[in-house]
Amino acid sequence: MIWNEEFETLPREALESLQLKRLKATVDRVYATVPFYKKKFDETGLKPSHIKTLKDLRLLPFTVKTDLRDNYPFGLFSVPMESVVRVHASSGTTGKPIVVGYTRRDIDTWAELMARTLTAAGIHKGDIVHNSYGYGLFTGGLGAHYGAERIGASVIPISGGNTKRQIMIMKDFGPTAITCTPSYALHLADVARDMGIDPAKDFKIRVGCFGAEPWSEKMREQIEKIFNIDAVDIFGLTEVIGPGVSSECIEAKKGLHIFEDHFIPEIIDPTTGEPLPYGEKGELVFTSITKEAFPVIRYRTRDLSCLNPELCVCGRTFVRMERITGRTDDMLIIRGVNVFPSQIESALMQIDGLEPHYQLIVDRKNNLDTIEVQVEVNEKIFSDEVKRLEEIEKRVVHDIKEMFGVSCKCTLVEPKTIQRSEGKAKRVIDKREL
Amino acid sequence: MKVEQISVFLENKSGRLAEVMRVLGGAGINIRALSIADTSDFGILRIIVNDKDKALAVLKDKDFTVSKTEVVAVEVADTPGGLSKILDLLDRQGVNVEYMYAFIERSSDNAVIIFRFDENDKAIKVLLGAGITILDGSKVYNI
Repeated sequence: MIWNEEFETLPREALESLQLKRLKATVDRVYATVPFYKKKFDETGLKPSHIKTLKDLRLLPFTVKTDLRDNYPFGLFSVPMESVVRVHASSGTTGKPIVVGYTRRDIDTWAELMARTLTAAGIHKGDIVHNSYGYGLFTGGLGAHYGAERIGASVIPISGGNTKRQIMIMKDFGPTAITCTPSYALHLADVARDMGIDPAKDFKIRVGCFGAEPWSEKMREQIEKIFNIDAVDIFGLTEVIGPGVSSECIEAKKGLHIFEDHFIPEIIDPTTGEPLPYGEKGELVFTSITKEAFPVIRYRTRDLSCLNPELCVCGRTFVRMERITGRTDDMLIIRGVNVFPSQIESALMQIDGLEPHYQLIVDRKNNLDTIEVQVEVNEKIFSDEVKRLEEIEKRVVHDIKEMFGVSCKCTLVEPKTIQRSEGKAKRVIDKREL
Repeated sequence: MKVEQISVFLENKSGRLAEVMRVLGGAGINIRALSIADTSDFGILRIIVNDKDKALAVLKDKDFTVSKTEVVAVEVADTPGGLSKILDLLDRQGVNVEYMYAFIERSSDNAVIIFRFDENDKAIKVLLGAGITILDGSKVYNI
């Protein structure tokens, strides 16, 4: 099923002509309204008029996460604040979040893209959608919500948490589709079974749109078997728009169609920045060509993928990206939340006496991500009283919960037991098999 | 009037306690009393030894995290009710006990209990005021 036949099946030539027109308009806009981009262009003597063909995309400068951080909160907005009807945020590498904005038209575009995403999974008017993506500053909840409303489905805006209650609602309201992170889906199944409910027989769900964290084919098979549904991969990132950048189609479930009439994708060599041809693996880069409040030029996602131009059985002419297989940086995704080890380090350094010798053990127990922060004891923090040491553990847990909303466990370990290494210390041990 | 106890941080890993004992034994340190406070993640070993400075040095050398804590050694009548009497007295005077453990040896006919109070000085005053014997460190390390 295709939401927008006209655009999703555009012949390549027409699509590319549209992309060029929109790219030029975006480049004009950012040069005129965003000082950061004007400065970047001027540094290489680049002018908007130099962009004459799609190949000239490579002349444009890259944008990286720290650029967003350096322009916190609204420095990269391309419209006055009164035209911004919504802001959303996501984790940055340090304490401050990444902030993005939307005009009324951007919200409309986003709803359109999410309508395409849900329709690609076979969801339609008449379906009841159980939306467990988090509502709030996170783009997942409201993104899926507006998309479901756009297609005319009945939305249950349940957000995350309170799992037992969610299961009661799933049983009583009878949703036919679910949107949430893949690991939360498995967790829901576990809790349902504990409650004596069989996810495969007792729910009316027939399809789920899962994203916000990396997941494997193996996990898809698990979810499909446990719930007796189709499990479809969806993709997006806050910096580009939120969910709605690309989506698998239920017909093939083989690669995610990128909505190329709104975003131009590239794969680049992460070390040299050189664009790579179709089929080669590298870092995903996106340029938005219709966003008004927060356009991005060649945003380096740090996600590793490759592009497949083969025509798909579903009929869409959009190129497909392979499911994300890794990152070029050390960012972790824990229960759908972006976590940078460097942020944990700065949280630990705020606690008096703690030394920078820590390790993060990430694991998945009962389908829920867990994170254990191991910190070395030293004479400064060692106390003869158990309660003082426990206070330190509690403080770490509390500060990290405040920072990310993720509950971790803190374990004090003996000095010199955490590996020291030449150069970059191996801070993270990820035991999850995704 | 106070006794210096050594506290050692122990990760909840097998062999740590044995390692501490090996190190102390190898250095000829004699342990007079000990106690372990444990949580699910770690333990704190508390010991009274005959040569505290040497014990600290050899443990630090082996990368153990150690500290010195002042505790109070109290002579308690070695009869039923002996300890109860003392705890009642402290309770009436509003002194809190953080932890306590018994000594292995005796002082003449009395048992010896090691106490850590929330206010060590106040506790000492209260006990002495009631005629209870408190042992100085020098007496305790070599009982």
